[in-house]
Amino acid sequence: MARKLLLENINVPGIHTFDVYRQNGGYRSVEKALKTMTPDAVVEEVKTSGLRGRGGAGFPTGMKWSFLAKPEGRERYLVCNADESEPGTFKDRYLMTHIPHLLIEGMIVASFALGAKTSYIYVRGEMMPQIRILERAIAEAKSAGFLGKNILGSGYDLELYVQPGGGAYICGEETALIESLEGKRGNPRIKPPFPAISGVWACPTVVNNVETIAAVVPIINDGGEEYAKIGNGRSTGTKLISASGNLKKPGVYEIELGVPVEEFIYSDEYCGGIANGKRLKAVVAGGSSVPILPANLILNTVNGQPRLMSYESLSDGGFQSGTMLGSGGFIAFDEDQCIVRNTWNFSRFYHHESCGQCSPCREGTGWMEKVLHRLEYGHGKMSDIDLLVDVSKKIEGNTICPLGDAAAWPVASAIRHFRDEFEWHVANPKEAMERNYGLAKYADPLPKLEEVASQN
Amino acid sequence: MLSVTEHKEIEFSSELIKKFDGIVTRYPQGKQKSALLPMLHLVQAEYGWVSPELMDKVAAYLQIKPIEVYEVATFYTMFFLRPQGKYVLEVCRTGPCCLVGAEKIMTYIEKTLGVKEGEVTEDGKFSWRGVECLAACGMAPVLQIGPEYTFYEHLTVESVDKLIETLKNKI
Repeated sequence: MARKLLLENINVPGIHTFDVYRQNGGYRSVEKALKTMTPDAVVEEVKTSGLRGRGGAGFPTGMKWSFLAKPEGRERYLVCNADESEPGTFKDRYLMTHIPHLLIEGMIVASFALGAKTSYIYVRGEMMPQIRILERAIAEAKSAGFLGKNILGSGYDLELYVQPGGGAYICGEETALIESLEGKRGNPRIKPPFPAISGVWACPTVVNNVETIAAVVPIINDGGEEYAKIGNGRSTGTKLISASGNLKKPGVYEIELGVPVEEFIYSDEYCGGIANGKRLKAVVAGGSSVPILPANLILNTVNGQPRLMSYESLSDGGFQSGTMLGSGGFIAFDEDQCIVRNTWNFSRFYHHESCGQCSPCREGTGWMEKVLHRLEYGHGKMSDIDLLVDVSKKIEGNTICPLGDAAAWPVASAIRHFRDEFEWHVANPKEAMERNYGLAKYADPLPKLEEVASQN
Repeated sequence: MLSVTEHKEIEFSSELIKKFDGIVTRYPQGKQKSALLPMLHLVQAEYGWVSPELMDKVAAYLQIKPIEVYEVATFYTMFFLRPQGKYVLEVCRTGPCCLVGAEKIMTYIEKTLGVKEGEVTEDGKFSWRGVECLAACGMAPVLQIGPEYTFYEHLTVESVDKLIETLKNKI
């Protein structure tokens, strides 16, 4: 069994309550940090751990913390990003539902490290049940003396509040989240200035994902060095993977980074294989924004190495043949799924969620959705396929925030790897309405590198 | 689009005002506009949707311009700008849910309720719509019903039937 740092006690009855959580070793990291460590020492420990942001970007957390400006007489804020809305990702919902005190414990330690006296957990509005769970947990922690004035007699004060969103994917982008927290539309800001200099109410601010904050707890308890021993290379520690789609056992799994993708999909410890005895056709490994890969490329890299669940291994091969770990939203497609239809579905999502600020994204996402719709519904032309690639290239890199890239990559990668299926839709519109393209060659063994070279 | 008026004579109840007062204290002095989203959720829970009149009252309470409320309410998809059924069934329509049958569920809901997406049943009890990813892909297909945002997971035609039946009989 793999080591569990976050979900170790998830099955303990009553772990959502303060008392049970505390009896199982909860809030030790707060005692350790506030009583025996300086804020800078906590930051150093997180740096040593090699922890990288778990929301999708994978930026080193300790480094992000050390960028925080600390001007005299100005408030600083920690904001937890719980606006989980990336299609395929539901780990934060799971964590907040079942073990809310882990997040609160992490928030206290992280706020102490950053010198924040007020911190917010920005939860997507649809998660009202989780908001109620967190508010109850905060009240419990406060009456036990872990929040409020002079926590554990250390002289450190902290107030923690939950802020609901309003159902906008874009608010998962940190500057859009800050705008939203200020009571405005979720339009991302132009950077610089970065939130570390000027964030919420123009004060220095750090925004971290739920899982990132939760990971601070084991890092402080056991030390950054211990944490860094887990995992693979620069992918240290454990990661929550949200597994969905056509899997036997979809759900949230805590993995040690570096587990082979094949083991993750097929072993009984994790997803248990593909549901209904079907075969695997494709995988989106890190939430809908990352490039989709056919079965053969997700299981092995083009070099013939088994692909691992780590930041580096998943991105091996770049955009040509790799993908990204992203938020860990692992979506599996069986042989009966239509890639064109799914790409259209994702495009509709990005069109719907574009904030409308930048023209390439506002117009381009709608354009891609329309073209994909006509391909899916039998009115496509061969030239539409290159048109889609063209539009996606004109969105990518030309917007204020990464939503443009996130909308472009799924389309570009679907065409890169599943061009046959798109062409089949155009050539056989009637047939494509009645049946799916099927598995085709997408699970075939990869050609040896020498053969690829001789073809080119 | 902003809809027609209905709430001309309504004043916020003292309980609601008390809740507003509590929310405003979460933010630094002068930054009370941050209370806007939580307040709109409370208003919608009470009235079923947010009419222009209700938005004006929210603006007056926060001492901000009405347009600042309109632009927020029209941006965030959770806020209803026209009256809805008592129960709004919001079905996730994004990729992972569709891989395991969300489209079938939506077609079935449309047929069972006899109204198109966004419309209200004659008895005023139900409306439904497809919404984007609800972050519950492992429990797909899913739907939610406000204002509590109760979640219904692993939907089947049978479980949807049962749910609608239960809600029909609820007073």
